[in-house]
Amino acid sequence: MKYIVEMENIRKSFPGVVACDEINFQVRKGEIHALLGENGAGKSTLMNVLFGLYQQDRGEIYLRGEKVNITNPNIANDLGIGMVHQHFKLVHNFTVTENIILGIEPVKALMVDTRSASSRIREISERYGLNVDPEAKIEDVSVGMQQRVEILKMLYRDAEILIFDEPTAVLTPQEVTELMKIMRGLIEEGKSIILITHKLKEIMAIADRCTVIRWGKVVGTVNVSDTNEEKLAEMMVGRKVLFDINKKEANPRGEVLRIESLSVLGSAGTHGLKNFSLRVKGGEIVGLAGVDGNGQAELVEAIIGLRRTDSGKIYLHGTDVTRLTTRQRINSGMAHIPDDRHKHGLILDYTVLENLILKNYYLEPYSRRGLINWDYVYTHAEQVIKDFDVRSGQGAEASARSLSGGNQQKAIVGREIDGNPDLLLAVQPTRGLDVGAIEYIHRRLLEQRDQGKAVFLISLELDEILDLSDRIAVIYNGELVGVVNAAETNENEIGLMMAGGRRGAVA
Amino acid sequence: MMVDLIYQLFPYAIAFTIPLLITSLGGLFSERSGVINIGLEGLMLMGMFVGAFVISSVEALYPTAAVWIGLLAAAVIVALFALLHAFACVTLNANQVISGIAINMIAGAVTVYLARFFTGSGNVQIIRGMPRITIAYLSDIPILGQLLFTHTYASTWLILLILALATFLLYKTRFGLRLRACGEQPHAADSAGVNVYLMRYMAVLISGACAGLGGATFIVTLSGEFNGTAAGLGFLALAALIFGQWKPWGILGATFFFGFATTVANVSQVIPVLAQIPGIYLKTFPYVVTLLALILSSKSSQAPKAIGEPYDKGKR
Ligand SMILES: Nc1ncnc2c1ncn2[C@@H]1O[C@H](COP(=O)(O)OP(=O)(O)O)[C@@H](O)[C@H]1O
Ligand SMILES: [Mg+2]
Repeated sequence: MKYIVEMENIRKSFPGVVACDEINFQVRKGEIHALLGENGAGKSTLMNVLFGLYQQDRGEIYLRGEKVNITNPNIANDLGIGMVHQHFKLVHNFTVTENIILGIEPVKALMVDTRSASSRIREISERYGLNVDPEAKIEDVSVGMQQRVEILKMLYRDAEILIFDEPTAVLTPQEVTELMKIMRGLIEEGKSIILITHKLKEIMAIADRCTVIRWGKVVGTVNVSDTNEEKLAEMMVGRKVLFDINKKEANPRGEVLRIESLSVLGSAGTHGLKNFSLRVKGGEIVGLAGVDGNGQAELVEAIIGLRRTDSGKIYLHGTDVTRLTTRQRINSGMAHIPDDRHKHGLILDYTVLENLILKNYYLEPYSRRGLINWDYVYTHAEQVIKDFDVRSGQGAEASARSLSGGNQQKAIVGREIDGNPDLLLAVQPTRGLDVGAIEYIHRRLLEQRDQGKAVFLISLELDEILDLSDRIAVIYNGELVGVVNAAETNENEIGLMMAGGRRGAVA
Repeated sequence: MMVDLIYQLFPYAIAFTIPLLITSLGGLFSERSGVINIGLEGLMLMGMFVGAFVISSVEALYPTAAVWIGLLAAAVIVALFALLHAFACVTLNANQVISGIAINMIAGAVTVYLARFFTGSGNVQIIRGMPRITIAYLSDIPILGQLLFTHTYASTWLILLILALATFLLYKTRFGLRLRACGEQPHAADSAGVNVYLMRYMAVLISGACAGLGGATFIVTLSGEFNGTAAGLGFLALAALIFGQWKPWGILGATFFFGFATTVANVSQVIPVLAQIPGIYLKTFPYVVTLLALILSSKSSQAPKAIGEPYDKGKR
């Protein structure tokens, strides 16, 4: 028995798309097998077929050499398949234990026996170093912990084949390292892992083999030791990918944004902002590095006017905007790419067209005499869609929900840049995107800089900050740790500053 | 004086509370599974009709058992009627509010039609209601004995028992855990192998049975006749569900509050202390308080997360 999982000629289509097209995929027992592909390539769909959430139209699945028919997740569970979904499937007001036992609750005297379940969960948690408190409520624990609950869910069901769907997308760098350690532990215990990702670094770091999917088809399966990031990227995207962004010398000019001793109250559980000062000039990209939850959200919301400031001032082109409304700030030249495109970037059930005019629908020429001028809006939208390469089934009329993540983000970037802002606040602009889209958005940000605009980039991805920024500010605990020139620093130094160390701080 | 007053009002307040309580409890099951049930009013009305009709038809034959047969029939038939709501909301993915409104309209029309058809007048009267009983021994307990165990209806105790059972079912059993998961995060339930559609069907079915029981209880204890309207009681039960923050004991508190306040308003004219307050204030009092409570609690609402959303496997 060579393979623990074999999927043969799997085809799965949705109305209008063939998500998986004759896919062949094999996993060996005890390996970490990466499934690589751009957004929308069909990775999640293929795994949902294996997990029984979707039925394949055609094709066969063999487990441990035997043909199986997985028609629902219960069967997958019984066959030893577990899956951590891209969007966690947890009930927020249940305890960790209740979430884990849901569906296979042990019962004693008619009642769900949470006591014995808890102790078993604690035991598994200790064995794999998961550090999960079975009595905690999901809504009270961090995202990293929620993910470990999902892992526990699989282990509690004695899963042998563990599927992780983009597990690192929601994690901080520290949590990623932690997760990799956990995965190695799982392999040592004899489990097999399928890791869906589009992050090449992670594959190189942890996977044994890698299958690349593009447009629903398998491009190939390779041993990770025989390949490198460039080759994988090329297989995934279908063309050579430039890793070094062609970055010209920055040409900073007058100050655009000035933040003076800004203090902001944090929402419960996070640090507010304390006495934060920073300047961003036209023609430069200033990156803000920091571990999630150290005041970035408060800072961004205060700048764009979504959160009340406590004290301190915000200036745009030397004018005090601290008391202006968000709309007034937008009209005086601010633009904002929010970090959560579903929550704050788009109205998912609106069309692309409608989403593109969210900020300016009431202005001439989008509106005339109080009525929206749909003809103009339409031509304008077509233009943005073309300029920013937003791909959708039905062009401007497609609902935002139907777009892939990368295209949703391109639509947002298009909307924000299209307004020709002086200051662009880009918050995690490439979160959860594939190489192609990341490359594209990075180029756009640099283009803004080269046109003399001020770009303030807030990101949890240190690589992104290092690649794009001209100057890097580091935030810790709501305070500015320091600002360094990107050319004179490295990952190590920034990493130390992110943990609060003041070394190398330049005022 | 005050104490006497309370002793006098208490049985009425409880009698008024109980139909609300059981109907609200029905709403609780439906909504905790993720299906809004605006149709409680219609379901209750249906229960009133079925209860009154069945009792009036069989009481000549079985004078003492008739009320119980009526309660049972109401619960069963209204549960089946509620399947309509489940079918629309769960199978057809219809808008749950609209389906609920439809239920109310259908119930209003169907019951009046049938009542006219059978009795000609549109009213269905029953001769004997639920007898009031005094429970031996327990009624001798000081204060509580007077308040709770004297002149009570057996149906009151049945429904309080159902309340206890429902709490147990929701919070202690496998069924309850799964049902609540469906109302909060149906995708989590589905991927754990729980059949979301089936759970929601069962929840709506239970909700129909409870509301039917509520309507019939109202007939056998308070009104004695079906007259074509539930007079907003179902909506009051819905308000109690929200006021009680979708929790069984919260609902008990909310319905008792309504029951007591309404009773006070009803008898205010004959009580000197209260007669001085204009009736309109007393009558609107429970509703105003509810509105205020709903506004104040809206920030920390305990509403099930997935309420009102048809479950769609594919939605990401
Ligand atoms: N439930 C669904 N309904 C319709 N289309 C879907 C559904 N799930 C996925 N798709 C489509 O199938 C394709 C593959 O999606 P997916 O498997 O999620 O990609 P990946 O996980 O590789 O990013 C995409 O075009 C996506 O829009
Ligand atoms: Mg995916």
